Amino acid sequence: MDKLVALLGWVDERFPLSKMWREHLSEYYAPKNFNFWYYFGSLAILVFVLQIVTGIVLTMYYKPDGDMAFFSVEYIMRDVNWGWLIRYMHSTGASAFFLVIYLHMFRGLMYGSYKKPRELLWILGVLIYLAMMAEAFFGYLLPWGQMSFWGAQVIVNLFAAVPFGIGEPLSEWIRGDFVISDATLNRFFAFHVIAVPFVLAALIVVHILALHEVGSNNPDGIEIKKNKGPDGIPLDGIPFHPYYTVKDIVGVVVFFIFFFAVVFFAPEMGGYFIEPPNFDQADPLKTPAHIAPVWYFTPFYAMLRAVPPMLGSQFPGVMVMGAAIVVLFFLPWIDRSPVKSIRYRGNSFKIALGVFVVSFVILGWLGTQPSTPGMTILAQIFTILYFAYFVALWFIPKFEKTKPVPERLTS
Amino acid sequence: MSTDGVDNSRRRFLTAATSVIGAVGTVGLAIPFISSMNPSARAKAAGAPVEVDISKLEPGGMVTIEWRGKPVWVLRRTKETMKNLEGMADILADPDSDATQQPAYAKNLYRSRTDSPNVVIMVGICTHLGCSPQYRPELAPDDLGADWKGGFFCPCHGSKFDLAGRVYSGVPAPTNLVIPPHMYLSKSVILVGKDGGVA
Repeated sequence: MDKLVALLGWVDERFPLSKMWREHLSEYYAPKNFNFWYYFGSLAILVFVLQIVTGIVLTMYYKPDGDMAFFSVEYIMRDVNWGWLIRYMHSTGASAFFLVIYLHMFRGLMYGSYKKPRELLWILGVLIYLAMMAEAFFGYLLPWGQMSFWGAQVIVNLFAAVPFGIGEPLSEWIRGDFVISDATLNRFFAFHVIAVPFVLAALIVVHILALHEVGSNNPDGIEIKKNKGPDGIPLDGIPFHPYYTVKDIVGVVVFFIFFFAVVFFAPEMGGYFIEPPNFDQADPLKTPAHIAPVWYFTPFYAMLRAVPPMLGSQFPGVMVMGAAIVVLFFLPWIDRSPVKSIRYRGNSFKIALGVFVVSFVILGWLGTQPSTPGMTILAQIFTILYFAYFVALWFIPKFEKTKPVPERLTS
Repeated sequence: MSTDGVDNSRRRFLTAATSVIGAVGTVGLAIPFISSMNPSARAKAAGAPVEVDISKLEPGGMVTIEWRGKPVWVLRRTKETMKNLEGMADILADPDSDATQQPAYAKNLYRSRTDSPNVVIMVGICTHLGCSPQYRPELAPDDLGADWKGGFFCPCHGSKFDLAGRVYSGVPAPTNLVIPPHMYLSKSVILVGKDGGVA
């Protein structure tokens, strides 16, 4: 034991190991009233690690080649030891990652976690979300099934809609060819396994550093740093380790129960996690009868389809879809209410947030359905409601009756 | 270090000059990396013309061939469907094919070479977001409405085209389907991808 202490001392003189442990775990003081919604940050890290580990094994057998990719996935599923489990963990993990992140973001919306002083923390989070979307999009081409191929075809063609003669060369630059082809598959593999994971990992580290600089928000939306004891420790704070590490273990166990229930019993999730056309090899000559992206992209896809072409260009639809994500970056400045948590905000905010969440879910469902005139009108209505949330946030504080926010945490 | 007699303007100049040269070098080095992602020489060379034999193609029948990795449709229309192309102008976005989605010799009602107007050759890629529309020759099916006189329907986003590849108005696709350059090597053999520069 003395030897170990001596070794730690030796390391600490050369690397701030104990200091980092204290700053980020044993002496990082988090509000004592975290509830259910605070599981999803640590779960997101868990899923990220799962994706990296399962991904490494998959790359050992997968072949990023237009002629071999589809069959190498079948090979993983049939012949590689435990290959089916590792591949299903990876495909289910992609959906789980988005589910966890959507709940994590909803938590931020509810408790005003994007507000001062956490604006940058929120922006870093939106950047992580964007990187995840890129990662998922690149990854979805790799099985080289029909939906992989035609989904990528549609998304890359979104860039071809950019006007002023930029679009067509831009989409060729992304594909490396005039259509989705072997060249595209090979480079998407490079992006999926090297480029984007590095960016994601870096963003996650920066996100956590930013969090530990400003401190965690909480369901009351009260800054615990305003009430410090004589020792300089927030009175309503408890050390992250062991209190929240132990709490998060409970979350991990419950998460794994659901996660592996899907992996073992419904890995395709009725066509929502792995779509049926993806069991056919990519065929550049034939589009499947109905194509839709995976569920986590469908809200934005529904918005894209909701906007009709204008002036002989479908760029407006692409703009609306992009704006739906870009607007999130400005959220800290759009919502001007000084009250953070939904607990002390008025009914107008609660209704607005409810409508926003319902619109997002319905848009997600619409994006999975074939486009008919009736569906298109519905998509248009809910696209407007989605954006109306941000307009409402700007105006609500002008008339909103908020409740008094207490000085100290309530529970 | 003594800061007496420091010439700050000299320092600023050196800092700026170093930054500018560094930036130029970085941009210069970025060019090969960005350019490496453009279609390679092999991808560009793969666009060779393709021959199609249409001697066995029945009226109303369609074959799909691959040219530059894209589906290309060769459709032999019936007399009746050719007649139907005439009364469509009201529901089409570009009935006269004014947008240059076709070679000059195909800018006509049938969007075909004038010596064989019943055969039309189109790139089978929707001008919206690149799905391949379905060939729906039947008249007035349930899902496409009573006005449907045969044509192409894109399952991805609901765009509609008539049997000459002209786009309906009010659908997501902005322009007519592309007619590739093509020429007849004989009465029944078409070369897709090359027209010898003749009109």
